[in-house]
Amino acid sequence: MKSKIISAAVLATSLILGSTSVSTQAAEYKVDVEGAHAFVQFKIKHLGYSWLLGEFNTFDGNFAYDAKAPNQAKINIEIDTKSLDSNHAERDKHLKGNDFLNVKKFPKANFVSKDIKFSDDTNAIVTGDFTLKGVTKTISFPISKIGEGQDPWGGYRVGFTGTTSLKLTDYGIDYNLGPASTHVEMALHIEGVKL
Amino acid sequence: MLKNTETSYGYISIIIHWVMALTIFGMFGLGLYMVELSYYDAWYKGSLDLHKSIGMVLVALLITRVCWTVFNIKPKSAAINASKFETKSAHYAHIALYLLMTVLMLSGYLISTADGRDIIVFGFISIPAASIAMENQEDIAGSIHNILAWSLVLLASVHGLAAIKHHFINKNDTLKRMLKVSQVSS
Repeated sequence: MKSKIISAAVLATSLILGSTSVSTQAAEYKVDVEGAHAFVQFKIKHLGYSWLLGEFNTFDGNFAYDAKAPNQAKINIEIDTKSLDSNHAERDKHLKGNDFLNVKKFPKANFVSKDIKFSDDTNAIVTGDFTLKGVTKTISFPISKIGEGQDPWGGYRVGFTGTTSLKLTDYGIDYNLGPASTHVEMALHIEGVKL
Repeated sequence: MLKNTETSYGYISIIIHWVMALTIFGMFGLGLYMVELSYYDAWYKGSLDLHKSIGMVLVALLITRVCWTVFNIKPKSAAINASKFETKSAHYAHIALYLLMTVLMLSGYLISTADGRDIIVFGFISIPAASIAMENQEDIAGSIHNILAWSLVLLASVHGLAAIKHHFINKNDTLKRMLKVSQVSS
């Protein structure tokens, strides 16, 4: 009986604390990888004559965001480098091998934000640590919010998009692809479902 | 002359044996060479196309060879003056060579067709990709291809050295009858 009362009290306190902390903290979202409403894409110039596109099919992440306090937003994304897909198995094998990503030794790439600054309702600059092939660098890049609201199935969603350019040699990739192909453009298109 | 007899190999067996032997060693060299080529080497693309084309020809030769072996007489062993251990291990080595060739060629096929692409043989025959595919197929098949290529070349070298040993030390006709059709009385 006594323990029931105590646990009820603990529960009540935690509910109050919980609700106050929710009001000061941004809502948590899980990136909708299950429904595949999120994409990690890359593109790089081929010989300087065209764009080559590919993506990482397996990744996961979550973020915190509240339209009322957007600058408290946070995001982290972990990418499974083995899931690289450029629609050509022989090329994928090469890109996953020692010449490029060495996915056996470095199976994960990840991004963890340190600071997100919105300049208006939709546009922001994200700064954070990006780790690829065992090299961690602080990068900053622009993102924008696409939209947010109720989905038709009882959930709440918000989506963002962001792009950045990475210099291959910064991450220990020094295979010569030619002077037009020293940088890879990364694009992140994500939709999160509120937890 | 073309077919095998109780005591000798016919020209079809002999020719397929040597064509495959030389081609496989050539393919091993080509394979080691082509993976070291860089993006701006003129032969970066051509070497791979050639490797795949020859590989598919080897598949055809292997199928022909297996059929020919099955439907033909197998000559009796010429390995006189050889120990039981030698003839036994030779027998298993031959089976291993066939298995290695089969799985090696299959793994090569699985690398190039992992994304559903066909293999184009010398620009005019298209070998379709199998409709089944697994996760990271090109990586798994690639590792297997590499290991088996080394295994096959090593075992084939042992096989060659054994033939030379039979010729010079055991002084039997094992090597000779793989070079020309002879009427060996064993």
